[in-house]
Amino acid sequence: MTTFVFAALLGVSILGYLLNRRAAAGLRADGARLHSLPGYHGLFSLLSTLVPVLVLILLWLVLQGPVIDHVVMSGLPAGSLDGLDTGSRQLILAEIKSIARGQIFGEPEQWKLDAAQRYLQLQQVSGWVLLAIVVILSLAIVAFARSRVGAAFRARHGVERIVSGLMIFCSTVAIFTTIGIIASLLFESIRFFQMVPITEFFFGLNWEPQIPLREDQIAAEGAFGWLPVILGTIVITVVALFLAVPVGLLSAIYLNEFAPDRLRAVAKPLLEILAGVPTVVYGFFAILVVAPAMRSFGASLGIPVSPNTALAAGSVMGIMLIPFISSFTDDALSAVPKSLRDGALALGATRAETVLNVLFPAAIPGIVGGILLAVSRAIGETMIVVMAAGLIASLTINPLDSVTTVTVQIVTLLIGDTSFDNPKTLAAFALGMMLFVVTLIINVFALRIVRKYREAYD
Amino acid sequence: MADLTAGPEKTPKQGNAADAVRASLTRRNRKQKLLQGLGLGAIGFAFLMLFILVASLVSSGYQAFTQTKITLEVYVDPEEIKPEKLPRGGFKDVLQASLSELLPEVDTSDRATRKALAGILSNGAQFDLRDRVVADPSLIGQTITLTVPVSDPYDQLNKGTIDRDTPEQNRRLKDHEIAWFDQLKAKGVISKPLNTGLITNADSRFPELAGLKGALIGSFWALFVCFAISFPLGIGAAIYLEEFAPRNKISDFIEVNINNLAAVPSVVFGLLALAVFIGWFGLPRSAPFVGGLTLALMTMPTIIIATRAALKAVPPSIREAALGIGASKHQVVFGHVLPLAMPGILTGTIIGLAQALGETAPLLLIGMNAFITSAPDGPFDSATALPTQIFIWADSPERGFVSRTSAAILVLLGFLVTMNAIAIYLRNKFERSW
Repeated sequence: MTTFVFAALLGVSILGYLLNRRAAAGLRADGARLHSLPGYHGLFSLLSTLVPVLVLILLWLVLQGPVIDHVVMSGLPAGSLDGLDTGSRQLILAEIKSIARGQIFGEPEQWKLDAAQRYLQLQQVSGWVLLAIVVILSLAIVAFARSRVGAAFRARHGVERIVSGLMIFCSTVAIFTTIGIIASLLFESIRFFQMVPITEFFFGLNWEPQIPLREDQIAAEGAFGWLPVILGTIVITVVALFLAVPVGLLSAIYLNEFAPDRLRAVAKPLLEILAGVPTVVYGFFAILVVAPAMRSFGASLGIPVSPNTALAAGSVMGIMLIPFISSFTDDALSAVPKSLRDGALALGATRAETVLNVLFPAAIPGIVGGILLAVSRAIGETMIVVMAAGLIASLTINPLDSVTTVTVQIVTLLIGDTSFDNPKTLAAFALGMMLFVVTLIINVFALRIVRKYREAYD
Repeated sequence: MADLTAGPEKTPKQGNAADAVRASLTRRNRKQKLLQGLGLGAIGFAFLMLFILVASLVSSGYQAFTQTKITLEVYVDPEEIKPEKLPRGGFKDVLQASLSELLPEVDTSDRATRKALAGILSNGAQFDLRDRVVADPSLIGQTITLTVPVSDPYDQLNKGTIDRDTPEQNRRLKDHEIAWFDQLKAKGVISKPLNTGLITNADSRFPELAGLKGALIGSFWALFVCFAISFPLGIGAAIYLEEFAPRNKISDFIEVNINNLAAVPSVVFGLLALAVFIGWFGLPRSAPFVGGLTLALMTMPTIIIATRAALKAVPPSIREAALGIGASKHQVVFGHVLPLAMPGILTGTIIGLAQALGETAPLLLIGMNAFITSAPDGPFDSATALPTQIFIWADSPERGFVSRTSAAILVLLGFLVTMNAIAIYLRNKFERSW
């Protein structure tokens, strides 16, 4: 049905395009001096049909679902929903929908079958009404656009106005995305903090996100203190930086100052490959190669290493960050004016002294910005830690132990769970909020440093 | 530099500055050598890691590109399989009977032995036979030749990943089972052809049957939706910001927003999709359409940044020439600047899509890690994607999934390399210097 609607809209708008273009071309053939080319008259009709009707269709499709749900649920026989909470209402609705799709399990009550029937009817009615509205509305717009065709009509200005409007809309999508992120995180976090006191979240030393499955269950009372989780994140980030910063810096210095051209031509694309490997691949690499290797190495030294040690996840993350840091350092070193380098060399400094004492200090802001961005990536990195780090939050800074991170907890709390009404799933949003805020602060700070520094030399 | 044998500790006697410099030169040069050595070591380390990464994937993944199969002469017994009862029937018993014929000395009176014998075949073998018989019921009563996969332990044995020297109780196959397999091999019914099932099968609990079809189609739909949304939106936004937007606070704000979005952790986009697309809009879980929407939001900043760079690279003379002969601002941009910038835009878009193809975390949150044994029919069907399939398989305990995971990663990397190669080709072929 939806395909029909789109096809109808497309057909009518192309009809409008052809009609208008022919009319305008006819005017010109009769000797009139047109303000706009015939093609613009056609485009004017096409765009003024397509844009508003498309918006209408999308709105309709988004709103149709909830409205039909509401009508079906309120049309259920009196008493069938009495005393049920939202969760069980949702379940009944889901059952009605699956019956409507033809998936009948067991023997549902008659009123559910009736409701499914009504659900199907409503959907069909909604589809037909939409089709009728779309056809009538678009034909009306086409007729209106056709009536505007005339020698003096400024069709090109109309088209350009519509196109400008579309482009402005495109640019605001980024703002809407940011608003969407903040709104959804904030909304769910506030619901979380209504269930769990805000002080427990920020200062609690235990993270055991469990919820009682039944009312009478005593054992599982969850604890939601985020400190062990953030500590684990910091441990893994520090391990990653310990590997990535020296390797990234040194390789960038070598490539920028010492490497022969041929090596540079090979090395840079290879480093880019390292940067382009998806993180899920790094995660598998960590569990397939790195963690077992570290474990057996630890065993040979007599040191107990946990199977999902923070060292494995952190060092693989470090490998992922090497090209990131190296390319930022490379950019920063290249941006230092040539005069500084020439001056140092002319005074008799060796190349190493030039790099370490002149270029490096001058490039420090850019490098620091790059490292900060790397930190924010390490904090937000998900797949490597989901696969290679642990699930249990423990208050430790020993990188040989298993630790968990904010992103691991977000993913494990939300996999396979859909209901948004318990602190367990909502906790993921609270963690997401923290993650977003922390990375945003670091990013803004880092981008500012990088930009300021670039301006200084430009 | 020839007379530097004196060593650095020798202090200059005449107080001559040149001597002082000469004396310290060895030390300074050594320092330079050290820095160079460290730099070379750092690069070497990075390459070593890249090498180990690729080598470990290839060495564990290449085995999944072949699959051990067994060729059976199956007598489709009309006693077991009756045409009027299709698609039901004793397909498993029929297969087991033909196995017993190959291994006549095995006593099949005991239930456990029968079960162990049937365990040589993959669980999918009976469905293969069923499909053939259902498609052509006249086969009942005839003897047909059937090539079916063997189950995972025997597959591993044939590929040499099960060590015959480990003690029997630590091994997944007992001594007599290995003996059966060796007998079968001696009879020449075991083959190891190219594993087409890796591409043509959907996911399965059994490693020997699991394939990437569902994931490939799911990834295709997700990328298609991602492209269809992010490409026009990204180009529109980039053109507006680069060519039309007045330099004011609002366009500054938009720019800052885009730059920040590019650095937001991907898992946060997953939370957004879960709360907004699935929670508020009521779109279906696990659907590639929702995955594509999410990826589009993440890809858009990349496309915008690439498009702006491409537009900037078109020289002002083009614009001025077009304006000079009376074109409107829109005509200049859409008729001249945009076509000239297209190669750069496409390169950036392909690179953005390649990133989106490897993105996993947001897809996990919207449920694209479900266990689905059939390929999706459209973008609204439940599906997995390539990276989430890798994640699922990496989590599976069966031995056979280790090599499947590596193979799936090699397939994913193959796609990424191809996309990037296309992007580089486009850039080299159409890039113009002005």
